[in-house]
Amino acid sequence: MVRMATAAESFVLAIGTKKGLWLATSKDRQDWSFTGPHFLMAEIPSIGIDTREGRTRIMVGARSPHWGPTVAHSDDFGATWNEPEHGAIKFPEDTGAALERVWQIYPDAESRPGVVWAGAEPISLWKSTDGGEHFELNRGLWDHPHRSEWGAGYGGAAAHSIVVDPAGETVHVAMSTGGVYRSADGGTSWEARNRGISAYFMPDPNPEFGQCVHKIAADAAVAGRLYAQNHHGVYRTDDNADSWNSIAEGLPADFGFVMLTHPRRDGTAWVVPLKADGERIPPDGRLAVHRTDDAGNTWKRLSTGLPEREYNSVLRDAASVDTAEPAGVYFGTRGGTVYASTDEGETFREVASHLPDVLCVRAAVAAGA
Amino acid sequence: MSCACGRQWRPVPEITLLLPSVLQPLAGGQSLLTMPVGGPVTVGGLLNAVAADYAVLGRRLRDETGALRRFVNIYIDGDEVRRLQGLETEVLPGQEVLVIQSVAGG
Repeated sequence: MVRMATAAESFVLAIGTKKGLWLATSKDRQDWSFTGPHFLMAEIPSIGIDTREGRTRIMVGARSPHWGPTVAHSDDFGATWNEPEHGAIKFPEDTGAALERVWQIYPDAESRPGVVWAGAEPISLWKSTDGGEHFELNRGLWDHPHRSEWGAGYGGAAAHSIVVDPAGETVHVAMSTGGVYRSADGGTSWEARNRGISAYFMPDPNPEFGQCVHKIAADAAVAGRLYAQNHHGVYRTDDNADSWNSIAEGLPADFGFVMLTHPRRDGTAWVVPLKADGERIPPDGRLAVHRTDDAGNTWKRLSTGLPEREYNSVLRDAASVDTAEPAGVYFGTRGGTVYASTDEGETFREVASHLPDVLCVRAAVAAGA
Repeated sequence: MSCACGRQWRPVPEITLLLPSVLQPLAGGQSLLTMPVGGPVTVGGLLNAVAADYAVLGRRLRDETGALRRFVNIYIDGDEVRRLQGLETEVLPGQEVLVIQSVAGG
């Protein structure tokens, strides 16, 4: 969704942590005014900011270790929260399943107002048509014959990435550890689409599915082009995921969790490399974002404003871009620090620190502020 | 005991559910819920009655399969129901049912 910032607009930044949610607003992306913690003692692994229909709706997946998971939303920047009585996401009785955690809340395109997707644990895809208040289980993916062979990543077994073609019926999801699946019919039927992505940890390193894809994102302007950050491996597809090719050359490490793409410009994506598999810290403790402007042929290391030493990792959804011009880039660490850039990653500044582990960061140009 | 009209008054048998403070906002601010019962009921039946009146509270205690959440503990007269018959444990009129969250995590 594309929304240009103007002098009259404001920005919203949502930070989901292991122990609650912090919200911030700003007129200039320099000075942020924070509220929080909201949902204190619940982890917030997923946030969706929906700026369609002239209002800013913040949706969160919250999970209390005692009282379980739920989905709530606010239309007044966190002053009040609404939670459907019987739950926004609830497994149908015949599945015998119970919701563990909501990993992704993804507002669809401007052309489909009210449609919001969610990815959850156990591995499942959900679709709402009422702005995220109630979701329906996607039966095509739930009943997929591969289900029994999908595995759990270290963090759990979940559908964590959802990419929807704004102009058509194609939907991609990625899951740990099942890999990438594609639907060409709006989510009715699904096929594994992992050719070219390595699963080095399996007996057959090139299986049809079972890859540990950490995050996928679509190119803003080239139809059929997506990027993937894998558990070792960074990839691009130009044929709608029929085949993937490595674009890891030039990066200091091919491991990481984050994959971001520019809201408008083709070929521009960001990753945050981590040294793995035994270390999982920024390479040599030197945190940097890497950006490509040519679809992964070359990468530029961006660390201006970041600390000289940072040993905390950045999780898959702890990073976000906004839709302003130039685009803002935001990410948070497991050490509870959030960094922000207003120039597409050229320079960063710290906007929050000493928070609990950052699990999810979302930023947007606010509507209706 | 009799009421003003002279008829004999008998207290209605009831079961009391005591809630921890963190859950009380989901029960209209009440720290205890009293439920009139005609005889023994199961813990599961009791929680169904709670969920009928306070759906969000019901979801905090059990997941959508009906299972008690892992760190939710329910005591009847000092016994945790997992050590009895779980959600099938019978509660008698006059007994108190206590909801306590586990001491867990950091």
